[in-house]
Amino acid sequence: MKARLAVNMIACTGHGLCAELLPEVVALDEWGYPVVADRPVPHELSSLARRAVRLCPTLALRLEQAQGGPNPASAGATADRRG
Amino acid sequence: MARHGGIADPQTAVRGTVPHRAEQLGLASRLTLGWHESGEPASLRTHRDRYGPAPRLGTGRHGALIDGVTHAGLTGRGGASFPTGVKMRAVARGRGPAVVVANGMESEPASEKDKALLSRAPHLVLDGAVLAALAVGADIVHVCLPRKREWLFNVVRTAVAERERANLDPVRIEVHGLPDYYVSSEESALVHWLNGGEAKPTAVPPRPFEKGVGQRPTLIDNVETLAHVALIARFGSVWFRQTGLAEAPGTMLSTVAGAVRAPGVYEIEVGTAIGDVLAMSGLHPDAGPILVGGYFGTWHDVSEVAHLPMAPAGLREIGAAPGAGVLFVLPPDACGLSETTRVLTWLAGQGAGQCGPCMFGLPAIADDFTQLASGRPKGPVLDRLDRRLAAVLGRGACRHPDGAVRLARSALTAFAADVKAHASHRMCLTGRRGQARTPALPIPRAHGAEEWR
Repeated sequence: MKARLAVNMIACTGHGLCAELLPEVVALDEWGYPVVADRPVPHELSSLARRAVRLCPTLALRLEQAQGGPNPASAGATADRRG
Repeated sequence: MARHGGIADPQTAVRGTVPHRAEQLGLASRLTLGWHESGEPASLRTHRDRYGPAPRLGTGRHGALIDGVTHAGLTGRGGASFPTGVKMRAVARGRGPAVVVANGMESEPASEKDKALLSRAPHLVLDGAVLAALAVGADIVHVCLPRKREWLFNVVRTAVAERERANLDPVRIEVHGLPDYYVSSEESALVHWLNGGEAKPTAVPPRPFEKGVGQRPTLIDNVETLAHVALIARFGSVWFRQTGLAEAPGTMLSTVAGAVRAPGVYEIEVGTAIGDVLAMSGLHPDAGPILVGGYFGTWHDVSEVAHLPMAPAGLREIGAAPGAGVLFVLPPDACGLSETTRVLTWLAGQGAGQCGPCMFGLPAIADDFTQLASGRPKGPVLDRLDRRLAAVLGRGACRHPDGAVRLARSALTAFAADVKAHASHRMCLTGRRGQARTPALPIPRAHGAEEWR
């Protein structure tokens, strides 16, 4: 099953644990916040990914089943719609 | 008649007379009907004289109005141009009684149209909100206004009281004053505030149309959008489509400001060529580039956009959007790079401070722009900016960082020559070094420590 990592940017405070556990999928920007690669988590890393989700100190990380469509993490962001 | 002194502050009178070429120029007066007769808010009686009574709808959902709005092709006038009928139908399909929120926050500093509309025709907006409520099965309308604009708040409260005395509406209307940070007008921020929280965007899903105010399906529409709904309910979708473009029908309010003789709020047919809008507002012959769409918008040479329609589809090809209808023309003696720097600095302080890339990235980007504008860059500032703009894009819970990135990138293109001049000669193309230029774009006064609640 293909899954993608997604970050709730409001909850994330930049501990950086995810990037330490999964450098293949998560990089940190210059301010220490995770940048998740825009592709499913490779099968061999899925147990590490689940661990990262469990260990995130602010519970900001989740695994979402990839549907082949756009990344729900970015599609879920609100449009700059002002009513 | 279509030009209206945008701000209804006491010092701003309604200006202008009917331009002769009004019709050729794509002017229209649907929402702005009768505005030139008086700068006062239209009373309920005046409002009915102008438009006739709103159709009576009983309680319960009304698919016919949703069908009408859908067929009319009305799209949101708050900036995102989302199809209003689609949104209404989604809310009407939700479980349980719905809620309607009329968004009159207008946190865009360069826009005046919602203030102008609410302060001249409050009943048109309220009619639309009540009719939309009946259509989607809502029993309450929340009108959200910025707390600091007390006079506007009073106008709307007075109009609501008038309707209550006339026992006009089968749904309750509540008027609220919210904190007016730039991000506070975003949909999820309104919902969060109405639910007792801070006026900050929240992580979605759930989207407001699924679970919004009080966990109920919530329709959030810009006040101008609701005013159009009121007219569609009266006159029908065929009438609505008589002006504007087939794919973007109707009229829209546009705030034209900067280097024009007659700045103000204009009602135009959607799709009117930008050059025509500028011509009727008296474009300055030596005007600089134009900011299309507001502070989340893009800079362009006037010649690049003059032939393009003020409509989403036509502007998309140059990466622009009408947004909330702002057209700001840079005065000849203003420096676009410095103006953009001021706006970016302000935007950096207007975030909710929730998402790291926005919280740290926008101030860093604003600082890079300050270095560019001052002509004293530290290190390879353009490379650094490229990287930072890419790093921030798409990484907020809301689109605040994305809007700032769009503005910044367009400024780097539109003012590329200025960037070079500032960097190599520490000199501005629009004047001598060190010469103070009057700021052109409006920046609201500093908040101090305004509450988010």
